[in-house]
Amino acid sequence: MIWAQSAGSFWMPPQASTTAQEVDWVFYLIYWIALFFFLLIVGIMTVFVIQFRKREGWTEEESHESHTALEITWTVIPILIVLVIFFFGFRTYMDIHLAPANTLDIWVTGQKWQWFFKYPNGHIDENLHIPVDTPVKLILSSEDVTHSLFIPAFRLKMDAVPGRLTTAWTKAIQTGTFPVYCAEYCGTGHSDMFAEATVHEPGGYETWLEEASNLLKQMTPVEAGAVLYKRKGCAQCHTLDGSADDGPTFLGLFGHSVKLADGSTVTVNEDYIRRSILEPGAQIVAGFDNIMPTYQGKLKEDEIAAIIEYLKTLTKP
Amino acid sequence: MAYTASIPATPPRAWDDARRDADNYLTHSRGFLSWALTLDHKRIGLLYLISILTSFFLGGMLALLIRTELLTPSKTIVDADTYNQLFTLHGTIMIFLFIIPGIPAALGNFVLPLMLGAKDVAFPRLNLTSYYFYAVGALLAIGSIVFGGVDTGWTFYTPYSTTTSHSGVYWLTFGAFILGFSSIFTGLNFLVTIHKLRPEGMTWFRLPLFLWALYGTSVIQILATPVLGITLLLLIVERGLGIGIFDPNLGGDPVLYQHFFWFYSHPAVYIMILPAMGIMSELISVFSRKHIFGYKFIAMSSIAIAILSFLVWGHHMFTSGQSPLANMIFSFLTFSVAIPSAVKVFNWLATMYKGSIHLDTPMLYALSFLFLFGIGGLTGLFLGALAVDIHLHDTYFIVAHFHYVMFGGTVIAFLGGLHYWWPKMFGRMYSEFWGRIAALLVFVGFNMTFFAQFVMGAQGMPRRYYNYDQVFTFWHVLSSVGSYIMAVGFFLIAGYLLHSLFRGAKAPDNPWGAATLEWTCASPAPYYNFKTTPSAGDPYDFSNLVYDRSIAGYVPKSLPQPAEAKS
Repeated sequence: MIWAQSAGSFWMPPQASTTAQEVDWVFYLIYWIALFFFLLIVGIMTVFVIQFRKREGWTEEESHESHTALEITWTVIPILIVLVIFFFGFRTYMDIHLAPANTLDIWVTGQKWQWFFKYPNGHIDENLHIPVDTPVKLILSSEDVTHSLFIPAFRLKMDAVPGRLTTAWTKAIQTGTFPVYCAEYCGTGHSDMFAEATVHEPGGYETWLEEASNLLKQMTPVEAGAVLYKRKGCAQCHTLDGSADDGPTFLGLFGHSVKLADGSTVTVNEDYIRRSILEPGAQIVAGFDNIMPTYQGKLKEDEIAAIIEYLKTLTKP
Repeated sequence: MAYTASIPATPPRAWDDARRDADNYLTHSRGFLSWALTLDHKRIGLLYLISILTSFFLGGMLALLIRTELLTPSKTIVDADTYNQLFTLHGTIMIFLFIIPGIPAALGNFVLPLMLGAKDVAFPRLNLTSYYFYAVGALLAIGSIVFGGVDTGWTFYTPYSTTTSHSGVYWLTFGAFILGFSSIFTGLNFLVTIHKLRPEGMTWFRLPLFLWALYGTSVIQILATPVLGITLLLLIVERGLGIGIFDPNLGGDPVLYQHFFWFYSHPAVYIMILPAMGIMSELISVFSRKHIFGYKFIAMSSIAIAILSFLVWGHHMFTSGQSPLANMIFSFLTFSVAIPSAVKVFNWLATMYKGSIHLDTPMLYALSFLFLFGIGGLTGLFLGALAVDIHLHDTYFIVAHFHYVMFGGTVIAFLGGLHYWWPKMFGRMYSEFWGRIAALLVFVGFNMTFFAQFVMGAQGMPRRYYNYDQVFTFWHVLSSVGSYIMAVGFFLIAGYLLHSLFRGAKAPDNPWGAATLEWTCASPAPYYNFKTTPSAGDPYDFSNLVYDRSIAGYVPKSLPQPAEAKS
């Protein structure tokens, strides 16, 4: 994970979207107000502690026990200040909230522990790719628990809630690759539910989409299967080195017999793998939980075939 | 006036000794049952104090494990699943077992009747019941580690909490449900006690400000806690019986859970901070030797906070897909809570003006509070502002903010209060030297630990992360080292407080020269508190107290006769 953090400041990550600039302006407005009041409070406190500390030759002196004008002053001034902060916070929020017309729409699905981005041509990718200077709308949903799509460089955050659709939008102004996180706690792999947001130069997005959607035409099924293994989230739970994770390892899996949770035994063949991808709960391997989501609609038949061919190559030495 | 200059020629030795030799609440009766079945508010307060300090120790140890794990990205000492259980338990223990009962149930129980000049709280049996509800709830909550574990975070968000394979969720949520009753009972008891058991002369505006704060706290405890109870029961019902309330697969709504949960848990933030503010008002006034400035404004701001705290829960849900109209209203109302808190801070500062500031350990904690709560409160402005909150929500900025408020505010004020009332509780003084050193260590360690988290959070480091981007390593290491410094400070405090129990100098009745009624009885407090109900004057008028060097404490200027005191 290496990011071009150099463009960021001490407090904030790079400003890679239009709203990032607006949000930072409000952030620094509050920052200077808060810093002023903090220094005021601690400054007065320090002066009083030094000036009025208990010592030889100093005793406390009579002063007001209450002063209505003073109370009104330090009530009214903070009220006016927070009203200003509220106003600017709300105004920029409306810019963040209201997407302009004619956006590029990308559907985002969160599931434990992977993001899926579905592009207008139907291609589903594990990373976000968008063109620079183009308004993009993200339509979010979740397959299981609540997740939250967080792209610090865009100052964008929106929960992906099961059972409903939420939306967010952004307009990138800086090309490059930026981190995408899940910000709502979702379990064991929460901190690994990680993706990249790539902002392309003009034309670059279209080229990328064309290449990415035609994986099977450019590669052999085995090569494509290896890419899909990473891209579709298999790698989150199935290792290639023989160690068990949340799911059985893929190393040496094909062609061997495995014991199922119901006590029966099955040989891992093409049909077993296809069924396990489309109906993961049907035949659970003994010792594992039924936690894998279905890939029905997320993988095409020839993609499943590519993954099967890839698994066949993963033999034990 | 120079109190230190006017030492009476003949200190009232005989009177003083006679009172000290009298029966106190610690020695009045002996044996396990005399403690386990006690109806004495002071003993119940002590039972609570031991329990919450044990919880604080447990929660603190979990925090150190968390910080140690975060020294490096990915695995340092535990795996991801264990890490998730660590922060869940840390949060739950610290909030439900330590901070919420911390000041009201432990210090409040001990001090409230004494401050009123009363013999006990209004309902002593209810008070003991509340302690046993606390004990059972605490055991259930801690038992959840053994019985399946919990990895949901202290917020128990659905549908994660209803689907996770860790079945300790039942234990922990049921434990929190029981703990809620303990909190309600304490609130009810305090409310009635303050209404009915004030002594002659103690009008509402002569109530010590700590009691105004506890009054506000009690209102929130009684009104908000039942909502948490029913929410957790609904969660248990959904998880156990599959009845759809929050799970969309069963026809429920996960955002509804968030509304229910925060409808309690935001006011709960003020259950935690209001009593701390009450302690602040006492400490600042006493250690500045000055009448509190703006009494009515501080008192009414406690009530304002208690009311406004019910109207802001939605600010926890700005990114949940909640409508922009709701977000706007909640953002607006959130800022309203900032005002009474600011009013308090300004009044405390004004109280110090022209005072004679004694930098004893409790006052160091009070000054620490102003610094840390200042940062905690002002960083709340970032989070109330809608646009900025979208970026900062669920990052380390939030973690830093609420630690500055809860720890830098409540825990620091709790420590100040503990040191302040320690002589009255145990009749012993602690080491002032080590007290100051430890206060400084905690202050420095705290800032290192949590200021680093503000920077990380603003840079985009999400919370509840086991693994993290390498760019955050520096800040994580700084934060962890800070937590170790703080731990040294806390062990030091534990050390000299325990030492003082056995070897500490005998405490005078009124070591700090405070004018509230609890300092007019002996140290440690007598079993019956006061033989006759005292009459109350201005709780912040110190002009009638003078320092007596021979007993290292303050005595009334117009000395009462021994016979009069005993009557």
